[in-house]
Amino acid sequence: MGAGHAHLLHRPGDTAVHRLPAQVKVVAALAVVLCVVSTPRGEFAAFGLYLLLLACVWALARVPPGWLAKRALIEAPFVVLAVVLPFTAGGPTVGLLGLRLSETGLLAGWNILAKGTLGVLVSLTLSATTSPRDLLVGLQRLRVPALVITIATLMLRYLEVISAEAARMRVARICRGHDPRFLWQAGATARAVGTLFIRSYERGERVHLAMVSRGWTGTMPDAGRAAAPRTWLAGLVPAVGAALVLGTTLWG
Amino acid sequence: MTTSVAMHMSDGLLNSPTTLLFIGVAVVGVGFAAVRARADLDDRTAPMAGLVAAFVFATQMLNFPVLAGVSGHLLGGALAAILVGPWVGALCVSIVLVVQALVFSDGGLSAIGANITNMALIGTAAGFLVALGLKRFAARGRAGLVAVAFVAALVNTVVASLGFVLEFAIGGDAAFDLGTVAATILGVHVLIGIGEGVITALTVGAVAAVRPDLVYLLRGTQKPLELRGKAAA
Repeated sequence: MGAGHAHLLHRPGDTAVHRLPAQVKVVAALAVVLCVVSTPRGEFAAFGLYLLLLACVWALARVPPGWLAKRALIEAPFVVLAVVLPFTAGGPTVGLLGLRLSETGLLAGWNILAKGTLGVLVSLTLSATTSPRDLLVGLQRLRVPALVITIATLMLRYLEVISAEAARMRVARICRGHDPRFLWQAGATARAVGTLFIRSYERGERVHLAMVSRGWTGTMPDAGRAAAPRTWLAGLVPAVGAALVLGTTLWG
Repeated sequence: MTTSVAMHMSDGLLNSPTTLLFIGVAVVGVGFAAVRARADLDDRTAPMAGLVAAFVFATQMLNFPVLAGVSGHLLGGALAAILVGPWVGALCVSIVLVVQALVFSDGGLSAIGANITNMALIGTAAGFLVALGLKRFAARGRAGLVAVAFVAALVNTVVASLGFVLEFAIGGDAAFDLGTVAATILGVHVLIGIGEGVITALTVGAVAAVRPDLVYLLRGTQKPLELRGKAAA
């Protein structure tokens, strides 16, 4: 499996950031990202302050910056866009290292690079300090409809099973000499996807019967606890910090 | 050596009013899909949709070769819509996107509304409407079904990328020339769509060969079993 999502990003720990209820962390992360996105692109100092704010959270949560940097590479395709822009956009140009670069293009590229990187760092901080189960409990406390939470819970629970099944089928194909190099050789992969769907669907039918026989009523029990106002205040400190930075850049 | 790339929009591509607008669109759309999905699956909704979502997630981890050295992965919108219907399909793809953003940091938190709107709502709806329009051909036999699935997946991918162009026109960076952005995005997604179409077509063909009753698109097209001869009397 080359692609993406096989590795959980969660780093178990017992710091103040880890212990914070997930609903507080989700709201704080979303608020910080919205502040970052709303910041005018020319305010270079503000982006530095956001990074400093995040660095404080990482120090508190004991997440090593190197670990974050490695995972932040997921954003790479958009960085390409940011690098191409200074060469393609029109308008006045500036000379840099002997190249003529578009000024608006440079700023637009910087805009995407800075905001995208800060955004993915915020997401990584959230994923690293909160287990998937806690994240769903947090969404439940934020009044996301019960049906969505239940589906997401079952999905996360069976993801390992289905992925492992897909991995076994892949190993079986390779054992039989499967080595596709071009799209027209994708037939075996596609038939495996079809088989995987049938197995997933039939497993769903069995899971449903098993749940009904154990007294499934249609909703999951609420596993979370309400966060105290003081916890909310403490958890939202980074968000308030980001809002202050944004406020001073807009009205300063 | 294959490389994997995040296909979801990151933060900073759209301005904040636009991200909020599309978070609103996504909430309304997913809510509507959830209500209709319940009508399709009744009390089986949660486990069935959960397993279908896990399937969509797992297929996104499955690489297929596009050209030598370049591999793509399935987005699965049209596939889910043809196999389990547009409502359950849109709901499952949305939940996959939310979990990817929160648990796997794939796709920006502020762009989640736009990502859901493109891939789960617009894409799935376009793919399914195409498949529904061509249902006559799909019901004729395996070749017809496979061809319809190919077209639906191709349209699904291209229309989903058009969603991005629309969002970019509303709240993107003015430094971009919109025509260039649209041409680049469309060009890339026609190529991705061909790969998506081939895999979707072959997958739907494989499912229809074994359990045609599971293919949502074929519901109501199978002839009832007919008993002939004297034994029935």
